[in-house]
Amino acid sequence: MRIESIQDLEKLRKTLLAKTDPTKTRIRICAGTGCRACGSEEVIEAFNKEIVGQGISADVEIKATGCHGFCERGTLIVLYPEGILYQMVKPEDVPEILKVTVGGKEIIERLLYVDPVSGERITYEKDIPFYKSQRRTLLGMNPSIDPTEIDDYIALGGYRAAAKALTEMTPEEVVAEVKESGLRGRGGGGFPTGEKWETCRNAPGDARYVICNADEGDPGAYMDRSLLEGNPHSVLEGMIIGAYAIGANEGYIYVRNEYPLAVEHAKRAIEQATKYGLLGADIFSSAFELDVKIARGGGAFICGESSALMTSLEGKPGRPRAKYIHTVERGLWERPTNLNNVETWANVPLIIEKGAAWYRRTGTEGSKGTKIFSLVGKINNTGLVEVPMGMPLREIVYGIGGGVPAGKKLKAVQTGGPSGGCLPESLIDLPVDFDQLTKVGSMMGSGGMIIMDENTCMVDVARYFLNFLKDESCGKCLPCREGIKRMLEILNRICEGKGEEGDVELLTKIAYTVQETSLCALGGSAPNPLLTTLRYFGEEYTAHVRDKKCPAGICKDLIIYTIHEDKCNGCGACVKACPNKAIAGEKKKPHRIEVAKCIKCGICSETCRQQAIAAA
Amino acid sequence: MVHITINGTEVDAPEDHTILQAAKNLGIKIPTLCHHDALSPYGSCRLCIVEIKKRGRSKIVTSCNYPVEKGLEVFTDSAPVLTHRKMLIELLLARCPEVGIVREMAQRMGIEKSRFPQAQHDCILCGLCVRVCDERIGANAISFVNRGVDEDVSAPFDISSESCIGCGACVSVCPTGAITMEEIQGLLRLNRFKTAKQLHQCPSCKKDYATELHLAWIGDRLGPQGMVAALCTDCKRTRNAESTRMAYALQRKASGAEPRNGVGC
Repeated sequence: MRIESIQDLEKLRKTLLAKTDPTKTRIRICAGTGCRACGSEEVIEAFNKEIVGQGISADVEIKATGCHGFCERGTLIVLYPEGILYQMVKPEDVPEILKVTVGGKEIIERLLYVDPVSGERITYEKDIPFYKSQRRTLLGMNPSIDPTEIDDYIALGGYRAAAKALTEMTPEEVVAEVKESGLRGRGGGGFPTGEKWETCRNAPGDARYVICNADEGDPGAYMDRSLLEGNPHSVLEGMIIGAYAIGANEGYIYVRNEYPLAVEHAKRAIEQATKYGLLGADIFSSAFELDVKIARGGGAFICGESSALMTSLEGKPGRPRAKYIHTVERGLWERPTNLNNVETWANVPLIIEKGAAWYRRTGTEGSKGTKIFSLVGKINNTGLVEVPMGMPLREIVYGIGGGVPAGKKLKAVQTGGPSGGCLPESLIDLPVDFDQLTKVGSMMGSGGMIIMDENTCMVDVARYFLNFLKDESCGKCLPCREGIKRMLEILNRICEGKGEEGDVELLTKIAYTVQETSLCALGGSAPNPLLTTLRYFGEEYTAHVRDKKCPAGICKDLIIYTIHEDKCNGCGACVKACPNKAIAGEKKKPHRIEVAKCIKCGICSETCRQQAIAAA
Repeated sequence: MVHITINGTEVDAPEDHTILQAAKNLGIKIPTLCHHDALSPYGSCRLCIVEIKKRGRSKIVTSCNYPVEKGLEVFTDSAPVLTHRKMLIELLLARCPEVGIVREMAQRMGIEKSRFPQAQHDCILCGLCVRVCDERIGANAISFVNRGVDEDVSAPFDISSESCIGCGACVSVCPTGAITMEEIQGLLRLNRFKTAKQLHQCPSCKKDYATELHLAWIGDRLGPQGMVAALCTDCKRTRNAESTRMAYALQRKASGAEPRNGVGC
């Protein structure tokens, strides 16, 4: 069936809605990558089997959906219409859920989320602090739809924005609306999207392209993955609108091959949209045509950089080009090309449907709308969070994230991925938006947010990111290739206790040159983790270089594990745990660590219940 | 023409020129390693950096690929430019301390020895060989392989290249002598690329002088008349000289002049 008009779309939506039975219990099981890792596929299978077994197919409808966000607690299931959330569900819980909750309308206390602060069990999803402060305008649809079913998206109003743009607006009006909304690119640079579209539209050339950058590669970041996996049609709809506005008839989704589910879902979305006539020729009878293809990335971090991505699309090794002439004017195959990231595209249908004025209501002066962050590291509630731009860091870390586990102190928040920076605890009240993050030396990046506790060595953190970038630098330009290698060598020396007077100065000098002279943004921002840790945690560098000490107790060459005699009760737990038999002592008498044998793995310290073993 | 200022001197440069070209026309020298006038700019060595001022804002850019723009102010030797250039050459010197061109450039900037641990590479990864093979020869026989510090230039899969025609253009553009070729037993060997190609024997003097594939490549471009019976350069020169002498003698004879003694003209 082809959808020829906005009326056809509306008719289909009503037919789909009429099919849903409001008396049925709707169970939505998260089948995002995080929950799959927790075994959600087995849970889904158990539901399918048990529903047949109990003969209740008429009363229950189950759906495997995209990521719900609260990955820490997977497998997540939500029962509608009530909105009951069960967390950490295992296949063996399934019969009970169907009997007790679906059949008996009673809550299973055991599966509810317990608020670590109040100790209370929370029944409904909307009351859980993790969800309460979020504004899930982009991720909100995820728990309600099966990402492999276009009808689910249409039933919730999907493709209405594309219909509106193509049938009621001129391309110029679409560009103006996006410009007016204040939307800025979510991939890292934060460039105003509408302006980019306008330049691309006005650039001379016979053909032009739109590209969706789904080559997300920051360690610890998975926002784009969850959007493309969980709601691929929202991204596709954004691309249709954008292509219409720019005048492009060809589009590409460049997605990393390590995201098999995202590849699969995007592929199905394209097939289904094409079947409905939402892609291809004469979309919504507007004479506008668009074909979208999928290109799978080979796993190079650099291919997330726009010009490298385009070079890769052209079939060449993915290396960046100078962008003195912007890609919107001369990009893929030397033609005007507009590249936006997954999250940026997903914002577009919302802006067109609800209007720029509505969109502008959320956010700060310079950053409008919401932003998805992947909240990871030393945080109680690991997951994907979507918040209005400008929300203070404190609210994200403590309000939504539930703070640092095991009562430890927050030390730093790393934003912006390997190119971003580490912010100290003192900046916890910083409103999080593009400009504020840049001002303090970090950046928004694509939305990675790594929380670090007091047991983190900041020199080691800088070393970690530089090591990542050393492997991922394409090698084309000298400062990035050689500079990162040399900075890493010096950091390695410092962490091994071989730091010398003048090392920090030399590091700063290399960093300055790499930052200023690299060919692309990877090199240009590579020194950020080093520079921000130097700026905010300079005393740790001094401790490493001058005193040969690692204050956080992480750098193995600079620490010694010792047992406090007055605290040790001689239980012997550490003796059993030590993998190198380095601990000895009589029962019920203080034990001792043989320094020469100790491999500094820290297992003893973690095992000791008396907290008698510490690194210093 | 586009009006720009370089180091305080105003100049009109053609629209399709880069800053490097405009500076060269003014006689201003900017150091380069990966640039070649016959090849497209690549911007990898970054040594040609200059400082530009545009709408009141300063920026460091590479002059080899930055197109001239109206009102652009360029400084080729400002303090930040010199600082960065010095760091860049020091980083490169640590990679290839034995490469003459790098050592000379470093010395000119006042660096005798790099502060970093030294490696021993002979290739500076300027990519001239890769570009000449692609853009001028069209063989695309070699490419960059690996990433980051492990980057190298190689034929696919690091085995003998099928596309290489053995023209030696890569050898001639290489600024460091990292690519060499030798003739052994009727084969032209490019050892760096593990490639050997059959040499063609000059029908006149029986000397090996170019690869079969290279001659075919030239033949394709010049047509049959262009290939003087596939003679080697020496024999071609002798034959040219002979025919010129003959033509000259005929001309003299026709004009009634006395034949001259001796050789040549």
